[in-house]
Amino acid sequence: MNKTVITINQLSRVFKQTVAVDKLSLEVHAGEIFGFLGHNGAGKTTTVRLLNGVIEPTSGNMRVLDLDPQVDGPALRARTGVLTETPSMDERLTAWDNLSIYAELYGVPRADVSTRIKALLTEFDLADRAQEKVGGYSKGMKQRLALARALLHKPELLFLDEATSGLDPIAAHHVNNLIERMARREGCTVFLCTHNLVEAQKLCDRVAILEHGRLVALGTPAELTSQYVRRLDVEIEVPAEQVPTTLAVLRSLPKLVLGEPTQPNSALVVTINKYESIPEVLDCLVQNHVRVYRLAPQEANLEQVYFTLHEEKEGVQ
Amino acid sequence: MNGRAIFAIIRKDLKVVLQNKGLVVPLLITFLVFFVVFPGLSALIPSIVTDFNPDAGDIEKLISQMQPGLQQELSGLNMSQKATVFLLVHMMAPMFLIVPLIVATTVAADSFAGEKERKTMEALLYTPTTDRELFVAKLLSAWLAAVATALAGFVMYSITANTASWSHMGRLFFPNAMWLVMIIWVVPAVAGLGLSVMVLASARAQGYQDAYQIGGAVVLPVLGLFYAQISGVMYFNIVAVLLMGLVFWLLDGLLIWFGSRIFRRGRLLSA
Repeated sequence: MNKTVITINQLSRVFKQTVAVDKLSLEVHAGEIFGFLGHNGAGKTTTVRLLNGVIEPTSGNMRVLDLDPQVDGPALRARTGVLTETPSMDERLTAWDNLSIYAELYGVPRADVSTRIKALLTEFDLADRAQEKVGGYSKGMKQRLALARALLHKPELLFLDEATSGLDPIAAHHVNNLIERMARREGCTVFLCTHNLVEAQKLCDRVAILEHGRLVALGTPAELTSQYVRRLDVEIEVPAEQVPTTLAVLRSLPKLVLGEPTQPNSALVVTINKYESIPEVLDCLVQNHVRVYRLAPQEANLEQVYFTLHEEKEGVQ
Repeated sequence: MNGRAIFAIIRKDLKVVLQNKGLVVPLLITFLVFFVVFPGLSALIPSIVTDFNPDAGDIEKLISQMQPGLQQELSGLNMSQKATVFLLVHMMAPMFLIVPLIVATTVAADSFAGEKERKTMEALLYTPTTDRELFVAKLLSAWLAAVATALAGFVMYSITANTASWSHMGRLFFPNAMWLVMIIWVVPAVAGLGLSVMVLASARAQGYQDAYQIGGAVVLPVLGLFYAQISGVMYFNIVAVLLMGLVFWLLDGLLIWFGSRIFRRGRLLSA
């Protein structure tokens, strides 16, 4: 097993009456892309602040890169990079000035500062606008510049808080490729806070789902989908004249088919109770002389896990 | 203490302030009014204090109400020279202190509350700097700006005062020993007072304007010194200036100690 770079044990943080993080326990391993999912206000940003020694916990303990963030905050922050939720750039300064000042703050060797900044600005397609004030940048450009800043000192552990928020699809794709490269080729551990579930599904080795500061699920995307997704959406394509018959057959199977089938396009979409019911549904259709052209189970994803957990939580409340 | 990091933050804060025309232009106007226009007006003094001008009597009367030490200092000078020394050396001394105070409060408000308002503080808090380094760097950026402006202003004021008054003074009369003590001893302390008050104000304030309004009251003690002198209660001599500096330094120490206790990363974020 890979070395553990983050160990969190019963970590809590309370702001006046609000419990932002509630008895959180988890581990993050070296070199993995760890997704930290949750809605706005779930406690993601507070956790990042705690893990970097920026704020103090109310209770519990943690180790990050074998350091205690409360005791060794400066030493720890020299080895982590953080992309904050808002780009947090000095808009009155140029991109170059912003990066050169942070290179000094992160202790990048003086001889390497210029080369490093040039390389990052080129990587993020900002080199030709390096001497412009950041105030004139678009949101996506600011976000890319903020990401470049987080990478200036080649961190071992990278915290990304909504890394692709505000980026156009091409820029988001570029950033996602970069995250993968950082983790897969350069061995950097990535702690990715997001509510973009598609992105998390695609990028993350493991994910934790947070609800109101409390951990409600932890595992690989595949583990979580098999554990939490009990329903399955299936696309069934039949001849147009057989749609009424198909609907009638499906409605006659209330134990297997949940809710009312829909027809968003040429195919019907049916929610069935579990994967193992597919042969039985198909059998009934064939017995009723329905000519099934295509039956395609849709892959369960983190989005379904997320909504299942959310519904459960709301149901309890 | 990481000197490189401290210097980087100072560089950043000063660059950010210098790029803000809304701050720089009013400061520049203040600078010109205090250090060029006021001393330059001394060239007009001889035409005001003629025997035919009733204002001359008013100035004579005003000087006669001053502390005996000041009257003694002015004895042996003709009327134009008396008025020049009285106005440029003594009356302007407390007013001069307003400049480092304004610069210190302006830069400190932008550096502490302004940074919080612009949401640029968070990135800074994720750097390896310690709380103490951040605090020292932010204090130094405002302090250095204030002291440098005051020094530049002092040089400008000296040149303008001596040049404009040459016709009736006939010699270099400025600065005297009291002004040198004030520049070396009181100006840095006054700058420290402005920024330390602003550190405390910024802890409560949500933004630059808010902090500036709360901390702006710091100018009142300096205005008090001006009124104390013009009403004859005190006058700026070496002893008074040394004592004044001591009081300001003690206040600085107290306020900065208190400010350092409330300057914590977590508070800067959650505020």
